[in-house]
Amino acid sequence: MDTLITHIGRPTRRVDGQLKVTGRAKYAAEYDAPGLLHGAIVSSSIPAGRIVRIHTDKAKAFPGVVEIFTHENRGKAAWLDYKWRDQVAPPGHPFRPLHSDRVVFDGQPIALVVAESYEAARDAATLVHADYQPDEHRTDLLVERERSYQPPKKRSGVPKPPSPRGDAEGAFDQAPVKLANTYRIAAEHHNPMELFATTCVRGGDGKLTLYEKTQGSQNSQSYVTSVFGLKSDDVEVINHYVGGAFGSGLRPQHQLFFAVMASLELERSVRVSLTRDQMFHIGYRPEILQTVGLACDAEGRLQAVMHDATAGTSHFEDYQENVVNWSGLLYRCDNVRLSYELAKLNTYTPCDMRAPGAASGVTALECAMDELAYAARIDPLELRRINFATRDENDNKELTSKALDACYDEGAAAFGWDKRSFEPRSMRDGRDLIGWGMATGVWEASMQKTVATAKLSANGHLEIATASSDIGTGTWTILTQIGADALGLPLEAVTARIGESGLPASPIEGGSWTAASAGSAVQAACDEVRKSLLKQAAGLPGSPLADASPEDVRLNAGRLELKADPSRGISIGEIMTASGIGEIEEEGKAAPDKLQMLKYVSYTHSAIFAEVAVDEELGVIRVTRVVCATAAGRILNPKTARSQILGGVVMGIGMALHEEAMTDHHLGRVMNHNIAEYHMPVNADIHDIEVIFVAEHDDKASPIGVKGLGEIGIVGTAAAVANAVFHATGKRIRDFPMTLDKVLQN
Amino acid sequence: MSSRNLQQGDVPIVMTINGDRLELHVSPWTTLLDLLRDHLHLTGTKKGCDHGQCGACTVLIDGRRINSCLVFAVMRDGAEVTTIEGLAKDDSLHPLQEAFIERDAFQCGYCTPGQICSAAGLLAEDRAHSREEIREHMSGNICRCGAYTNIVDAIEDVMAQEQSQQKAKVA
Repeated sequence: MDTLITHIGRPTRRVDGQLKVTGRAKYAAEYDAPGLLHGAIVSSSIPAGRIVRIHTDKAKAFPGVVEIFTHENRGKAAWLDYKWRDQVAPPGHPFRPLHSDRVVFDGQPIALVVAESYEAARDAATLVHADYQPDEHRTDLLVERERSYQPPKKRSGVPKPPSPRGDAEGAFDQAPVKLANTYRIAAEHHNPMELFATTCVRGGDGKLTLYEKTQGSQNSQSYVTSVFGLKSDDVEVINHYVGGAFGSGLRPQHQLFFAVMASLELERSVRVSLTRDQMFHIGYRPEILQTVGLACDAEGRLQAVMHDATAGTSHFEDYQENVVNWSGLLYRCDNVRLSYELAKLNTYTPCDMRAPGAASGVTALECAMDELAYAARIDPLELRRINFATRDENDNKELTSKALDACYDEGAAAFGWDKRSFEPRSMRDGRDLIGWGMATGVWEASMQKTVATAKLSANGHLEIATASSDIGTGTWTILTQIGADALGLPLEAVTARIGESGLPASPIEGGSWTAASAGSAVQAACDEVRKSLLKQAAGLPGSPLADASPEDVRLNAGRLELKADPSRGISIGEIMTASGIGEIEEEGKAAPDKLQMLKYVSYTHSAIFAEVAVDEELGVIRVTRVVCATAAGRILNPKTARSQILGGVVMGIGMALHEEAMTDHHLGRVMNHNIAEYHMPVNADIHDIEVIFVAEHDDKASPIGVKGLGEIGIVGTAAAVANAVFHATGKRIRDFPMTLDKVLQN
Repeated sequence: MSSRNLQQGDVPIVMTINGDRLELHVSPWTTLLDLLRDHLHLTGTKKGCDHGQCGACTVLIDGRRINSCLVFAVMRDGAEVTTIEGLAKDDSLHPLQEAFIERDAFQCGYCTPGQICSAAGLLAEDRAHSREEIREHMSGNICRCGAYTNIVDAIEDVMAQEQSQQKAKVA
C-alpha cells in the first residue's frame, strides 16, 4: 500500500549542482565590499630563529599600500594562549601570528601588507625583508625519532593506544610464521583547490561578516570572538561553498586572523588569501615511521600483533591521531601491543587530513598482512577471512554492525580475485608486469551533538537549517532529501540552509560524522513539525485525525493522513489556515547515545582490490583498476556517496604513488611548495574505479542508520596498491610514495 | 568600463567577454584572471595556484582553452573571452554543464568551471576519441576531490551526443 515517493536512497543530483557548473556558487574570496582592502602575507625564509630587524620602508612607499603589520605593530589580540584554542586544537600552545620575533617553522607569517588593490599588496609584499638570527632547526624525523616521546596530554576525541593484551613478544617468539618490518609514509599536504581566504566585511555598525574558507563556521566565529574579544552577535561567519578542505579547514588558518586584525585596526573591509606556496606552511599529514610485527600459526591464525608508530608534530602543539589502534581491532588476536609517539619538528602543527591516523596506520598494517600471507603461503584475502574479528577487542565492545565479509565477497567477485595466481611475477600483459593486491579498510562511524530547525509554511514549503558545512561532500543535497522524505514533500519544496554561524549549533564538518549527525538532527526537527501539525489538526472541529498518535500519521503530497487509511487526512494549508498560523517551526536535536556506547562501538569497513601494471624498465606504476566495496550502513544518495568513495580512492592512489612534501633538512624548508612539484593524481593517473555499497542494516550507529563515507575510501587503498606492486614485481616497497626510483632500486 | 579608478600606467584595451564588448583600462601587471575576478566580478573563473599548474582558471580565448592566470590582460587586446558565465546559451545549460551535473563530475565545485571550459576547448580541438585520450588531454585540470572518472564520463556523454547529432545531420 505504501506508494510514497521517497528521495533517500535515490541517486539524486546535487541541489547545488547548477550553481557550481555555472560559476555562481560563491567561495570565500569572491565577495566584494565597498572600499575593500587586500592583504598579502609575508612568510619567513628560515625554519627557526629570531627576527632581528624587519625592513618595511620600501614596501610602505609602494603605491597603494595602506599599512604593514609586523610583530612590532600588531593589532590588539588576546594575551592568554588558551584564548587562541579552537574547537579541535591539540594540546599545547596555539600559534599566535605576529606574537613575537620568534620563528618556529618554515614559512611562518611574519608580516601582512595591506593595500588598496590585490596587485599592490602582492607586489609590495615582495619588498618586505627580514634579518634573522637563525637557531638550530630540526626537521628530519629519521633523526628526531631518537627524541620521541609519548604525548603527556591526550588530544580530545583521539583514543590513546590501548593497554597491551596477552603477551605479544612471547607469542611472536614462539610462532612458526612471523615478520617485522618498518614502513615510512611521507608528509602530505591537503591542497584543496580553493586557496584559503577570508573576506572580512565591516558593516556600518562595526559588525563583521566573514566569508571564510572553513569546515566549521561556528569554530571560526568562536575563535575570532575569543582572540579579539568581540561579542558573538558582532561576528557572523559564512561558508556556503567550500572549495575542498579534506581536514585543512578544521582549524582556523592564518588568513582568518590577519583579515580580522587588519579590519579592526583599519576600520575597513579586508580580504586576505593564502598563496598556494603558503598552503604548504599550514597543517599537513605528518610524516610517520611505523614498525609492524605480525605472527601467525601454520593455519594463518594471528598469534601476535605489534605496531609502533612515531610521527612528527610541531614545537608548540602535540598533534595526535589514532594510528595504531586499528591493528588491535581489525583482526582477532589475543596478544597485542601497540605504541604511538611523537617527535618535535620545526614545522607548523600537523592537521587532520582525510582519515587521519587510519590512512597511515592501516596502510602499514595491511601491507604487513600481505607480507604475512606470503610468509604463510595463504591467499591474502583468505588470511583476512581467517582472522575476521566479530567484536572490538581493544575496548571489549560489541559492534553495531560489520558487513565486512560481504565487502570481501562482493569486492572479490567484481574484481575477479579467484582468477589471481598466487605467485608474484606470474601475470603479464605485453611488457608490463601485472599485479593484483587487496587490503581492508576501517574507519570510525561516529556522531556529534547537532541541532537543526525545520520550518513548514502553509504553502507546503519546508526550510531546514543547521550550521553544518558542505565541503563537496553533498551535505546540501542529503539534508534536502531527508527533509523532503520526513514531511512527504518534493525536493523542490525543500530549502536547506547551512554554512552560517548564526544557524543552530552543528559540529565542524569532519570525521565522517556530518551525514549521521546533521541528518539525524534534521530528521528529529521534521518529526517535531509533524507532531506539532498533528496537534493542530487533531484539535480542529470534526477532525478526521482527532484520536491519531504521531506514529499513526504521515505527510504525503501536502496532506497529513492516517497511514492505515490515507483517505482520512487534512492538507497542510487547511490545518494552518483553520488554526490561524502561517507556519510551524520546530527544533530537533541529535546526539550519540552514551548508554549504548558503553556496550557498542561502530565502524565503517571496506575491501579494496587493486590492479597495477608495472613497466620494470622504466619503473612506472599505473593503477589500472580498483574495486572498493564499502559497508557504511544506510546510503542516503548513491550518486554523491559513490563520489565520496571515488575521491578517497584517488587520494589513496596519491599516497601510494605521488604525494610527498620534500624537505631539505639542511635548510629545514619544504622545497616542492607548489602543485607542479608536489605531485597529486591527475586525470591520466586514474583509470577504472568501481564502487560497491554492500547492504548493511544498522539501527544503532545513528538514528537514521547512516555511518558516514568521507574517509573510508582512502583507508587501505595505498596498501592495496603496494600489495599489487609486490604481486607484479616480487618487490616490497615499504617507503611511500612508491616513486619510480624505488621500483628501479635493487 | 572599469570598476576601479584609472591609475597611472593603465593601458586601454578592448575585450569581448561573454559576448559583451568592453573598453577597459588595465594595469600592465594585471592578469586576465585577476581582471575577471577582482575587477569585473566574474568570479566563476577560479584561482587555485596562480602559476598555471592547476587549471582552475581555464577560460576560452578566441575559442582556445588557456590558463588565464598566465596571461596579462594587456596581451590580449581585441580578444574574445568566454568564461563559465558565458558558456550557457540563453537560459539552458551547455551540454557539458548538464552532463557534469548528471555524472556528478565534481564535489566541491572549485575546479569545475575550469574543467568545463577545458572540456569545451577539448571538444573543439577534436583530438580525444577514447577515454584514454580524454584523460590525457584533461590532465592540465587538477580535481583534488578526485572526480576524474566522472569527468571522463561526462565528456564522453557529450562527445557521443555531438556525434549522433552530426550523424543525424549527414543523414
